[in-house]
Amino acid sequence: MPIITDHLTYSYGGKKKSQTAAVNDISVKIDDGQFIGLIGHTGSGKTTFLQLLAGLVKPDSGTVYIDGEDIFAKDFNLHSIRGKVGIVFQYPEHQLFEETVFKDVCYGPKNLGLDSKETELRAYEALKLVGIEDEVFYQSPFDLSGGQKRRVAIAGVLSMKPRVLILDEPTAGLDPAGRKEILDLIENLCKSQNMTIILVSHSMDDVAEYADRIMVMNNGQIALDGAPGEVFRHREELESFGLSLPQVTDALMKLKDSGIPVRTDAITIDEAVKEIVRVLM
Amino acid sequence: MFQDVTLGQYYMADSVIHRLDPRVKLVGTLVYMISLFLFNNIFCYTLAAILLIAVIAMSKVPVGYMLKGMKAIIFIMIFTVIFNVFFTSGNNLFSFGIIHISREGIRSAILMVIRLTLLIVSASIMTLTTTPNRLTDGMERLFRPLKLIKVPVHEVAMMMSIALRFIPILMEEADKIVKAQTARGALFDSKKLTDRVKSLIPLIVPLFISAFRRASDLALAMEARGYHGGEGRTKLYPLKYAARDYVSYVLLGLYIILIVFLGIMSARVVAHLTAENAYLSLIF
Repeated sequence: MPIITDHLTYSYGGKKKSQTAAVNDISVKIDDGQFIGLIGHTGSGKTTFLQLLAGLVKPDSGTVYIDGEDIFAKDFNLHSIRGKVGIVFQYPEHQLFEETVFKDVCYGPKNLGLDSKETELRAYEALKLVGIEDEVFYQSPFDLSGGQKRRVAIAGVLSMKPRVLILDEPTAGLDPAGRKEILDLIENLCKSQNMTIILVSHSMDDVAEYADRIMVMNNGQIALDGAPGEVFRHREELESFGLSLPQVTDALMKLKDSGIPVRTDAITIDEAVKEIVRVLM
Repeated sequence: MFQDVTLGQYYMADSVIHRLDPRVKLVGTLVYMISLFLFNNIFCYTLAAILLIAVIAMSKVPVGYMLKGMKAIIFIMIFTVIFNVFFTSGNNLFSFGIIHISREGIRSAILMVIRLTLLIVSASIMTLTTTPNRLTDGMERLFRPLKLIKVPVHEVAMMMSIALRFIPILMEEADKIVKAQTARGALFDSKKLTDRVKSLIPLIVPLFISAFRRASDLALAMEARGYHGGEGRTKLYPLKYAARDYVSYVLLGLYIILIVFLGIMSARVVAHLTAENAYLSLIF
């Protein structure tokens, strides 16, 4: 289910003059099973771009094709993509509302018109997938810890079995252990279920470690787009967008600057360690 | 979905009316509204309308912007007209079956529409030209004497200004929740009423929870910065009357004298007229 955006443009305040576009003429193609990291500083248009992809706001011009269909065409029923494109907003736990965890996770599939057996099955699967224990199922979602709430909210989206999962800073406000758990879960979804992932993050390190394609947004446009190693070669450009390199790449670059001949394309800590060891041996 | 509310909004501009002390505007609006209920005839309404038009002209608020806010009350207007026309007894002009339209009915319908329009426009010109914060400041100052009978004036004013401050924040929050639940398949813009009502719970519950969360955060933040209620608290921008405020009070007094005079006079004229010319009494 590839997603193609065609000259997508959106600005707040409608089509008046004198405003800047939050999303300005973006044309990209996102293939099945890709893990995309979307980065950009605050106000670069990331969240708006995500909402356009999920069909939640209508663009001023341009459009989005999902599975070859124009989702903003007049006769297109937007409700039909709800089950295909799942979006997890920032602080998704703020959208919990049901009496029990299980009921809340059932909300999405129920809206898709599935029968109660299928709904409950999907809710059960989704909760298991995010690592929520059975005894929590019938508790109020408001009694859970922050990390648990977050996982329940993500399960609420996963239970709709989307083919594309969009996450807007899913790790914001979590402790390091919680962050890793969520990111590992997302990576697992991508690898084992071939789900397309679009992950928005401020953290270069997270994106570098997990994504296989990175898009950098600046002023409503995609400024850089490519494999992590490729994108991180544009150090000056990234810094001019108010972004920094992942700590690992940064450390390797400094080593190289001080005369140690390491290659600087390592992205994860493991790769960097191997590279340093190779040079030192 | 929440952008269409203009009634009660502030319109930024630089005008004499904007600069007036909020107390003048509050007292002025109240007195003006009372004056509309003193007499019920076309002469007094004409005078009231002249004053209002002058104020609008001075306020630099575009008339179109103001009329947009009036849309909200068109339904009430139509309702009032229907009730007055059909259910006022008096000299019948026409009757079809059980429906009687009387001269008095048409008269009171016309006057009622004028009165309602003047009332609403006057209230909206006040809110359009005064920021919510200035309004609560003005109210706090005006109601200060009530402290003598142990009314917590400052606390009430603080509550009001916090409530006003949080309207845009909660609207933004609501918008976010609407989007999140839409993505989970909620049908907010469905044509079926039952779908829309059902989709309200997933909006209202999270909204309330977030309102309570913000309230307790704010209470903590205020306490941490030493807030302890109104006792001994001073203002950053204390309200002070300027020359234009005194002038406004004088003009307001003149207006009241004029309208009372006009009201008494016209009552006499109309009593005289109705005896001679029945048609004119339709409007007077």
